[in-house]
Amino acid sequence: MKLQNVLLIMLVALFINCGGKEKKGPSYSKAPVKKEVVKKVDTKKASLDNKGIGPIKTLKLEAINDALVTKGKAIYKTNCTACHKFSKKYIGPGLKGVTERRSPEWIMNLILNTEEMLAKDPVAKALIAEYNAPMANQQLSEEDARAILEYFRTKN
Amino acid sequence: MKTILKSIFSLTIAAAFLVSCGGPSKKSNKGAVSGNAAEKVYVAPGEHDSHYAFVSGGFSGQLAVYGLPSGRLFRVIPVFSQDPEKAYGYSEETKPMLQTSHGFVPWGDSHHPDISQTNGSVDGRWVFINENNTPRIARISLETFETEEIIEIPNSAGNHSSSFVTENSEYVVAGTRFAVPFPQRDMSISDMKGNFSGALSFLSIDPDHGNMEIKFQIKMPGFNYDLSHPGRGKSHGWFFFSTYNTEEANTLMEVNASQNDKDFIAAINWKKIEEYVNNGGGKKMPAKYAHNTWSDETHTATHVMQKEVLVVEPKDVPGAIYFLPTAKSPHGCDVDPTGEYIIGNGKLAAAMTVHSFTKMQKAIEDKAFDGEAYGIPIIKFDAVNYGTLDQPGLGPLHTEFDTRGNGYTTFFISSEVVKWNIKDLKVIDRHPVYYSVGHLMIPGGNSRTPDDKYMVAMNKITKDRYLPTGPEVCQSAQLFDISGEKMELLLDFPTIGEPHYAAGIAAEKIAPKSKKIYKLNENKHHYAVTNEGETNVVRKGNEVHIKMSMIRSHFSPDNIEGVKVGDKVFFHVTNLEQDYDVPHGISMIGANTSELLIMPGRTATFTWEPKQVGVWPFYCTDFCSALHQEMQGYIRVSPKSSDIKISYTLDGDVPGEDEEE
Repeated sequence: MKLQNVLLIMLVALFINCGGKEKKGPSYSKAPVKKEVVKKVDTKKASLDNKGIGPIKTLKLEAINDALVTKGKAIYKTNCTACHKFSKKYIGPGLKGVTERRSPEWIMNLILNTEEMLAKDPVAKALIAEYNAPMANQQLSEEDARAILEYFRTKN
Repeated sequence: MKTILKSIFSLTIAAAFLVSCGGPSKKSNKGAVSGNAAEKVYVAPGEHDSHYAFVSGGFSGQLAVYGLPSGRLFRVIPVFSQDPEKAYGYSEETKPMLQTSHGFVPWGDSHHPDISQTNGSVDGRWVFINENNTPRIARISLETFETEEIIEIPNSAGNHSSSFVTENSEYVVAGTRFAVPFPQRDMSISDMKGNFSGALSFLSIDPDHGNMEIKFQIKMPGFNYDLSHPGRGKSHGWFFFSTYNTEEANTLMEVNASQNDKDFIAAINWKKIEEYVNNGGGKKMPAKYAHNTWSDETHTATHVMQKEVLVVEPKDVPGAIYFLPTAKSPHGCDVDPTGEYIIGNGKLAAAMTVHSFTKMQKAIEDKAFDGEAYGIPIIKFDAVNYGTLDQPGLGPLHTEFDTRGNGYTTFFISSEVVKWNIKDLKVIDRHPVYYSVGHLMIPGGNSRTPDDKYMVAMNKITKDRYLPTGPEVCQSAQLFDISGEKMELLLDFPTIGEPHYAAGIAAEKIAPKSKKIYKLNENKHHYAVTNEGETNVVRKGNEVHIKMSMIRSHFSPDNIEGVKVGDKVFFHVTNLEQDYDVPHGISMIGANTSELLIMPGRTATFTWEPKQVGVWPFYCTDFCSALHQEMQGYIRVSPKSSDIKISYTLDGDVPGEDEEE
């Protein structure tokens, strides 16, 4: 296991152990468990000015490119659906409207430079604390990440 | 002569008696380990060894991978025996690997690993290893470190003079140690003499993919063909096999097969026989033998029964096979890096026999023969012999070589390795080993280019060398530095099974090519999935096929209902990870088989036949992430009479049904 993965796990464990204030105690009964949200940074809040850390410095978006959307959908299906859905929280956050919450650079940097983003970017760090599972680097190319971003633009 | 032999024989017996009844005293077994030996074997944390050593597990049936000089065990590659840790021989995909003409055989006796060669140097593509009991040869990929192919050898028994490879990997050989009827038939054992045969099989190796085929079998006289090595350089195109029991005894062999003063080394001109066969020579004979091949595309093994083999009679290829008289019951048969010297290690002889390839060629030209055996010319001893190494020790077994013209020979009875100069026939150095050494290995020691820094001696007896572990103690290897004039003992390290023999190679010839993951988009397994949306559960009569995926840290699907007692449930599980060193495992309570350990991008299958109603868990067996403990699921098993339909979910949804799609 790579050192950074170990560090990530330690980080996650740290967050699990010191997970900030809970809104209310868990209920130990036969009723279905209500999923708790641990809040540290408000990850629901749009942070469009945050470009994240990584190879994508500035990205100008143009009209949606359908061919790119198709390509992005296929890559998303293979590489992302084990952890993400659009409509709801799964292993990771629900992705509906993600391009309205995060800048395109931030999205691509998270895909391409996952480890550093999770270690240093405040929003990504808050998301780990919230979801307990560090995102895995899928070893995608810049073109692949760009195609996924295009697909996300159609999912708002 | 007879009296000399008798006295040597009794000396040998006496020495053997001493070894088995007491052996060396505790005082003397420290060995002269020099002050900086620890430095020479210490590989600092995070650093890598300079060499791989592939050490056979003997009666474990497997092949172990060690690092040199540290002696650390990295991996045990399952080859001829089932391995529940890796599901080898348990998963549906690997079961065909262990099929033979005798049905499924769960165990084997692995002996001599040998690495493929290009231009006389080990190339690190494949390692071959023979199985002695149910005669077979396996080929192991050195990219994946997994067994890729196993081929059974018909008309053979005790496949011991195997699996040595020619210098361009044209052939890998299999020679029978026990003569048997050829083909097998019902006959009296006492009629053995003249009626049994010894098959020497030459298996061609496909240069691109390594696939083996029995190109031809030579039907030799019914002697025991003990060990073998290929010629190289000037003698490339020849193969040499040691023989014992030229007496053709069938009972109390330790006496009756030790009568003749000399046995033979059989010299086989395989190039000549290959030419004969390529021109339509040889006779196709019916034979039943398994040929099992693994595919990294389908992640599945295929078992095929072959029906015939091409047999060559020595008499039909005159000038291709000769016998070289060699004292006495020779075991090892080794060829030096130049290809000039062929060394016969006579187990029961006071001297070691060194034959000369140049002299052999001249003797053949001059027809310097001393009669024949079953039509095969016996070359006059003096016409082929370069010389003998007199009184080197007791019980010589095997010789390997350095680049400086020296041989290193193991002596079983006197428990030592002896370094000697081949040209001068002079002993240079001797070093005790602890105890009863069999084979030794110098990386590339059976090639034109030995990498002669290290030598590993593999011992049969360890007695007081390690903390005791009951009656069965570990066997062990000892590492020597042979870069100087004197051999220097550096390290003892314990081994799995019996470290019968080993093959070594510089790490840089293998490590950079070692595979990290299997690409999902290249996975052609019938039940593979490339994403969770493709996972499902399908009933076909009383078979239930689960197409499941695993990724940190959940299965898809993880809740399954509609399975009934009496069903046969197939778990076809794909590891969706595409990241190095993230295998997942899976096991199911009550499954009568092993776990699966699945590498990234690979698909594997186990079966489960639920016998009790209830809700039964399955889980990941290989710690995979911080939430590994959460990686589990449930299957509901209902009575046979139940009409509950198959259903399957993950997080309440049918996998892949994201309403936003």
